[in-house]
Amino acid sequence: MTSGWSLFVIILTIANILACVWLLRWTSKPRTASEKIGGGADTGHVWDKDLREYNNPLPKWWLWLFYITVVFGLLYLVFYPGLGNFAGVGGWTQAGQYEQERATVEARAAALLAPLAVLPVAELVNNEQAMSAAHNLFQQNCAQCHGSDGGGAVGFPNLRDANWQWGSDADSVVATIAGGRVAAMPPWAAVIGEPGVEDVVAYVQTLGGQQADAAKAAAGQVHFQTLCSACHGMAGKGNPLLGAPDLTDDAWLYGGDAAAIKQTVMAGRNGQMPAWGDKLGEQRVKLLAAYVTKLAAGK
Amino acid sequence: MNHDAVEKKVGLLGVLIALVISVGGLVEIVPLFFQASVTQPAPGIMPYEALRLEGRDVYIREGCYLCHSQMIRPFRSETERYGPYSLPGESVYDHPFQFGSKRTGPDLARVGGRYSDDWHRVHLLNPRDVVPESNMPRFVWLADGKIDGALTVRKMEALRKIGVPYTDADIAGAAAAVEGKSELDALIAYLQGLGTNLKAGT
Repeated sequence: MTSGWSLFVIILTIANILACVWLLRWTSKPRTASEKIGGGADTGHVWDKDLREYNNPLPKWWLWLFYITVVFGLLYLVFYPGLGNFAGVGGWTQAGQYEQERATVEARAAALLAPLAVLPVAELVNNEQAMSAAHNLFQQNCAQCHGSDGGGAVGFPNLRDANWQWGSDADSVVATIAGGRVAAMPPWAAVIGEPGVEDVVAYVQTLGGQQADAAKAAAGQVHFQTLCSACHGMAGKGNPLLGAPDLTDDAWLYGGDAAAIKQTVMAGRNGQMPAWGDKLGEQRVKLLAAYVTKLAAGK
Repeated sequence: MNHDAVEKKVGLLGVLIALVISVGGLVEIVPLFFQASVTQPAPGIMPYEALRLEGRDVYIREGCYLCHSQMIRPFRSETERYGPYSLPGESVYDHPFQFGSKRTGPDLARVGGRYSDDWHRVHLLNPRDVVPESNMPRFVWLADGKIDGALTVRKMEALRKIGVPYTDADIAGAAAAVEGKSELDALIAYLQGLGTNLKAGT
C-alpha cells in the first residue's frame, strides 16, 4: 500500500473510533434535570394513544460494555496489522501463521517418513504404518481415476489385478507414478481402412481366446505382424517398456468386445497417467508404489 | 435529547446512515483498487487463450461455481490437498472472478494437469464412470455444443476494452483456435489450464 492510502486508512479508522466514543458520551449524558432517571422526560414517541417511552440514559453496565469494545479495538490495532502499513507490535502475519502451521506438520510428516524412506518397496508393502499413510495418499490423489478401491474404470487401469501395462518391478512403478506415462496407440483407420481394422479386430479377438471369423482373423494376422507387432510383439504379448498391453490375456483397459476393440484400433488410444513426482515428492511416491504393489497382489 | 430531530427527518437520517455504513467499505475495499498486488498480474499469469476463454464461459453457464470454488485459502489443510494458496494477482484477468463460495465438490483453482484430458472427458459426461461415489451431475450435452468463433472474437474485444491485454494477433487468431471445437473441448482446456500459469516459488 502506498503511504497515501495507508494514511487514508489510518485517519478514517481512528476518526471512526473517536466518533463512536463521542456518540456514546453524547447520547449517555443527561443535558437537563428531566433527562435524568426519574426526571420524567420522554422521547416524544406515543403508541396506542397514551404509551410513552422514557428518555433515560443507557444503563451504566451496558455503556461500559461499549467502552470495552472500543478499548479492545484499539488494543487489536496496536498488536495486529490493521492501521494501513503499520504491521502491529505483535508481528503477526497471515502468511507467517500459515508457514508456522505448515512447518509444524511438515516436521511431523518428515519424522514419520524418514525411517520409511530408507526401506525398499518390497518391505514397505508389509509395513503397517507405511500402508496406512499410503492409503490416505491414494484416496486423496489416485482414487479419482483408479477408484477408491483401486478397481479402475474403462480407460483407467484396474490396480487390483496382476496386469501391469508399464511393468511391475518397483523401479518401473515408481517411475510411472513420479513421471507419469503417456500411451501412444496410433489410429489405424487411415492406414488399413475399416475392413482392414475389422480383420485386425478378429485376429486380436482370437489372441485373447475369443471366437472370431477365421478368414478375417487370418487376414488380420498379416496386418498385425507388419504393423501391430512393433509394440505388441509378434505373439501379442505386449511390451511394458512401451506401455503396450498384453493382448493374449482377458484384461481389457478399453473393453474387450469387438466394438470396443474396433474403436481402439480405428481411432487409437492415448491413455495418460499424470506425473506426481513434483506434487508429492520422492518419499510419498515410494509409499504409493508399495501401496499399489500390495493392491495388485490382492492383499 | 435531540435525537428526535434525526428520527423525524428521513433525509437527514438517510444521509447519516449512508455515512456510517460507508466507512467500512471506504477503509477495507477502496484502497484495494489502487494496490498493485491486487490489480497487477502475478508472475506468469496470462490472459486466457481463446479456447480456454470459451471453456470459462461454459463453466459459468453451467453453474460450476455453485459447487466448486477456485480459492485455496492459506491454511495447511487446504494447501496439502489443493496446492499453493491462491494469490489476488492470479485473478486479474477473470471477469468476473470464479472464487465461488461453497464446496460441494473440490476446489479447482489448481486442478490443471492433475488428471488427463480423457479423464475429464469421461468424468464430465458421466462422473460415476470414474468416481462411483460422485454426486456431480452429468453434462452430456457439452459434447454436442459447438463454439461460435465469431462470438469468441467479440468476447475478446470486449475484454480488451476493460483492460485484458489481448493483442491484435490474439484476436485475429481466436476464431481459428476454436474452429470445430465442442463445448466439452473448451471446458477441458479451461480446466487443464487452471493454476498452471503461476510461476513456481511465488
